Amino acid sequence: VYQVFESVAKKYDVMNDSMTLGIHRVWKDILMHKMNPSPGTLLVDVAGGTGDIAFRFINYVRSIRERQLQRKLKYHQDLSWQEISESYQEDKSKSLGNSQVVVCDINKEMLKVGKQKAQHLGYSEGLSWVLGNAEELPFDDDKFDVYTIAFGIRNVTRIDLALQEAYRVLKPGGRFLCLEFSHVSNPVLSRLYDLYSFQVIPVLGEVIAGDWKSYQYLVESIRRFPPQEEFKAMIEDAGFLKVDFQNLNLGIVAIHSGFKL
Amino acid sequence: GRAGLSRTEPRARDGRSGEEEEEEEEGGYQLYPGHIPTRPLQKALLAAGSAVMALYDPYRHDMVAVLGETTGCLALPNLRDKMKHHPEGYRILQERPRIRLSTLDMARLRGLPDGSLGREYVRFLEDNKVSPDTRMPPKFVDDEELAYVIQRYREAHDLMHTLLGMPTNMLGEVVVKWFEAIQTGLPMCVLGAAFGPVRLSVRKLQVLATELVPWAIRSGRNASCILNVYYEQRWEQPVESLREEIGIFPPP
Repeated sequence: VYQVFESVAKKYDVMNDSMTLGIHRVWKDILMHKMNPSPGTLLVDVAGGTGDIAFRFINYVRSIRERQLQRKLKYHQDLSWQEISESYQEDKSKSLGNSQVVVCDINKEMLKVGKQKAQHLGYSEGLSWVLGNAEELPFDDDKFDVYTIAFGIRNVTRIDLALQEAYRVLKPGGRFLCLEFSHVSNPVLSRLYDLYSFQVIPVLGEVIAGDWKSYQYLVESIRRFPPQEEFKAMIEDAGFLKVDFQNLNLGIVAIHSGFKL
Repeated sequence: GRAGLSRTEPRARDGRSGEEEEEEEEGGYQLYPGHIPTRPLQKALLAAGSAVMALYDPYRHDMVAVLGETTGCLALPNLRDKMKHHPEGYRILQERPRIRLSTLDMARLRGLPDGSLGREYVRFLEDNKVSPDTRMPPKFVDDEELAYVIQRYREAHDLMHTLLGMPTNMLGEVVVKWFEAIQTGLPMCVLGAAFGPVRLSVRKLQVLATELVPWAIRSGRNASCILNVYYEQRWEQPVESLREEIGIFPPP
């Protein structure tokens, strides 16, 4: 799996856009809205390589923070200029309100691409990049408010271990969110989806990234992944409560959610 | 063969790991190392995609290779038959020689007299800083012998440059493509010959149109099949004599 992603890293984003016709961006936005993080949230994004979720998190939290600040300023109409400028300075330095996201990925190349993107797009504070394995996370227990894994868990050899690790590093009350390709039960859509996956995607891989085999692997790994209910049971086995899933696009993609209570 | 195979769905839920399997892949069996069997729809998509990508990004030589493989279904058997019906070509098909740095004795070739095939070939490689090892192995040809034919064609490409006296710049490549298009009939060569000039300056286009292309066409038609020449046994032969033997007119 490591070698697949080494060769895939540089063209990852281009391929994602081509394969999903850009829809993966919508899926990730929906995930962020579901998460609805408030400023001060500590997020770990596992298998988050090129930073898509992390950047969205920062944007979301920043916009909420800005609205908070605007509301605060309205209340400060009666204060003296001195007091206003003091509180303004204080708030400015916390434009993210102490929110932080740690991007963890097993692959150095993916992290490298992610860091470059962050620099290019101007993301600097509240962001850190850690090399690590989802089956054995380099973090303390009870650390994070939210754990996300977007399109990464199907590549983990021992999914149960990854789920256990997710449980371990989350604070009590923390939330587990997984965005992943899932099972399409609608027979018509299923056939079209299979046709597209097996016929078109490896061709796209060859033409855009010069790599047929990696994308053939990707398509196969999607088929091997457990369907929605089964994955829900696995999440419950790891100790999560109030586990639920939401199908996107009739099951092509699903968001599973669980809480450590 | 197994061209009309119905698509197997082996990997859906049986928990096999994602390792490469030598046996059954999507659309058929793997016939040679590196072979990726493909269904007609996939080939059509590949042909279209690689054509677009090759034009968009001229540095994607792998796309030119893929285009050649996916569109060569008529031209390749034709070439193979030409080889089979010729004594030297037949031997090449039997012995399957490969032109690679590991199989060539570069020191010996360099030591050959000036004007000999071996010496001029090495000079060409060094002047243009190319190596025969950068040729892509075939992936999408669904016949093992035809895969060799296209591999031979690719490896002989540098020798074409040597025999035609053309460098590896855009102009030289286009001229060689014209020659190859006439000789092999491969759609990829025809497309390359037709679209390659798009990126040339006006002055070069003039030279191309008035002198080089007519010469390439005349030579291509006059010459016997260039894949029927056992180059590895002719390193000592002077280039001019080989040109005459094949039927390539002296370059302008």
